[in-house]
Amino acid sequence: MSVDTETVKRVARLARIKVSEDEATRMTGELNAILGFVEQLDEVNIDGVEPLTSVVEQTMKKREDGVTDGSKAAKIVQNAPASEDNFFMVPKVVE
Amino acid sequence: MTDLTKLTIADARDGLKNKDYTSLELTDAFLGNIEKANDKLNAYVAVTADKARNMAKASDEKLGNGTGGALEGIPLGVKDLFATEGVHTQACSHILDGFKPTYESTVTANLWADGAVMLGKLNMDEFAMGSSNETSYYGNVINPWRKAGSNQELVPGGSSGGSASAVAAHLCMGATATDTGGSIRQPAAFTGTVGIKPTYGRCSRWGTVAFASSLDQAGPIAQTVRDSAILLKSMASVDPKDTTSVDLPVPDYEAAIGQSVKGLKIGIPAEYRMDGMPEEINTLWQKGIDWLKDAGAEIVDIAMPHTKYALPAYYIVAPAEASSNLARYDGVRYGLRVPGKDIVDMYENTRAEGFGDEVKRRILIGTYVLSAGYYDAYYLKAQKVRTLIKRDFDLAWENGVDAILTPATPSAAFGVADQDLHSDPVKMYLNDIFTVTVNMAGLPGIAVPAGLDNSGLPLGLQLIGKPFDEATLFQIGQVIEDAAGRFEPDNWWG
Repeated sequence: MSVDTETVKRVARLARIKVSEDEATRMTGELNAILGFVEQLDEVNIDGVEPLTSVVEQTMKKREDGVTDGSKAAKIVQNAPASEDNFFMVPKVVE
Repeated sequence: MTDLTKLTIADARDGLKNKDYTSLELTDAFLGNIEKANDKLNAYVAVTADKARNMAKASDEKLGNGTGGALEGIPLGVKDLFATEGVHTQACSHILDGFKPTYESTVTANLWADGAVMLGKLNMDEFAMGSSNETSYYGNVINPWRKAGSNQELVPGGSSGGSASAVAAHLCMGATATDTGGSIRQPAAFTGTVGIKPTYGRCSRWGTVAFASSLDQAGPIAQTVRDSAILLKSMASVDPKDTTSVDLPVPDYEAAIGQSVKGLKIGIPAEYRMDGMPEEINTLWQKGIDWLKDAGAEIVDIAMPHTKYALPAYYIVAPAEASSNLARYDGVRYGLRVPGKDIVDMYENTRAEGFGDEVKRRILIGTYVLSAGYYDAYYLKAQKVRTLIKRDFDLAWENGVDAILTPATPSAAFGVADQDLHSDPVKMYLNDIFTVTVNMAGLPGIAVPAGLDNSGLPLGLQLIGKPFDEATLFQIGQVIEDAAGRFEPDNWWG
């Protein structure tokens, strides 16, 4: 399978990365090189093979459903590019 | 007076205990080396001199009253991927501009609890994506090694290139690193240092910037096998904050060093003999086989038929996980924000400016393979191939193999801005051909320097072990180190 420039632009939109026309053209070639490389997997017989979901056989650890952390809003917003009263500030999203 | 920065961690541990020198003297010696070398090697992106001296003074006090920990007073470098409280932590990406975490990663917290001293944060490929440390927002790291009679700048490998370069040039005693497809072992091999990626689940991933969560593992890069055993013992832990951290006590890895390898069964997989591989790599591999045979190990041929599919499967799984993990960089909660006409425009501008080309490529591949209609053809298939890769290893262990010996990399270090490697992203990816199988199966792997090539550059061998059997890798690794000797680059950097 290979991608065209329109598909690259659509995927970039899904990934929320702005790409210029030139970048989209260049990336189309690069992505097709990678997709061409992974095509080798078509040679492998995967009939009846289960997908690997965990490399280590371990039952998922569980913990009490309790509050163990919190009351640190100021710390949480400390690295935000814009914040006010411990809220993250973003461009207006509702009219 | 001896050059304190040439000491191993094991030596310094004794010297500090005997009061031959103080941690402050040791720390100052390293800070001096960094100051002289960093503009040439670019290994550090942040040097925390004041913090280092304060930590060293505290260590000297503890050493004085006999309450020192396992790494008391030992100066280390930390890869920029680990969250360090109040200190530069940006995964060497523009998008994390100015980020200073309000918390400490479990791995580094373990090191400080054992008394280690932090010298600063080490350069790396952006978000650990790269094999040459040429994707960092903070510029290329330079390998202290050069070809004999040449001034050409060589890459230190990646993504832990800063860690490897700093250890090889004595800008720290040891360093933390991480490995998703070979990012500890490949740079270790390129710089004549020792690097171990432990079993998935051995080191907590909490507080380490995520790349591909099912593959990422932290581990050390150090000068010797023993030093890497000492560091891993402190880095590893059982951590309730990471559900994939495994509930197994951390053994005393150092105890395995010096034990005989007599009777151990070492598997040699013919599938790691790649077309076009330099003859020197084959010769080195054969040398490794002979050394282990001479030490009494039993050498057996094993079959790993799915080896060649590990790298293509990786380039589906890792980008898929990365595209999901890196969705959090949106210009809202931390790091860079580039304004836009509305919130979506702001996201798109921020991510366009904040991520470098290699990171963008991988996010786009990952987004594509996970997008509607392609999931089964790519991601699900790759996860099934992953099962087969793991099964190859499981069969070897079932047949009594104790460890597997392979080359660490298909070549020695290459030049900065190598045109051939940069002409096609896949060519660069092939650097990880021998290491990536280990991540796909979640196993431990160690790279140990084993010789120099014709041009005088270091080459490494890799040992792959059973899950949570890092001890055997240190045991066998020491035999290789004893036979091969240790390798030092000529100092041209000051």
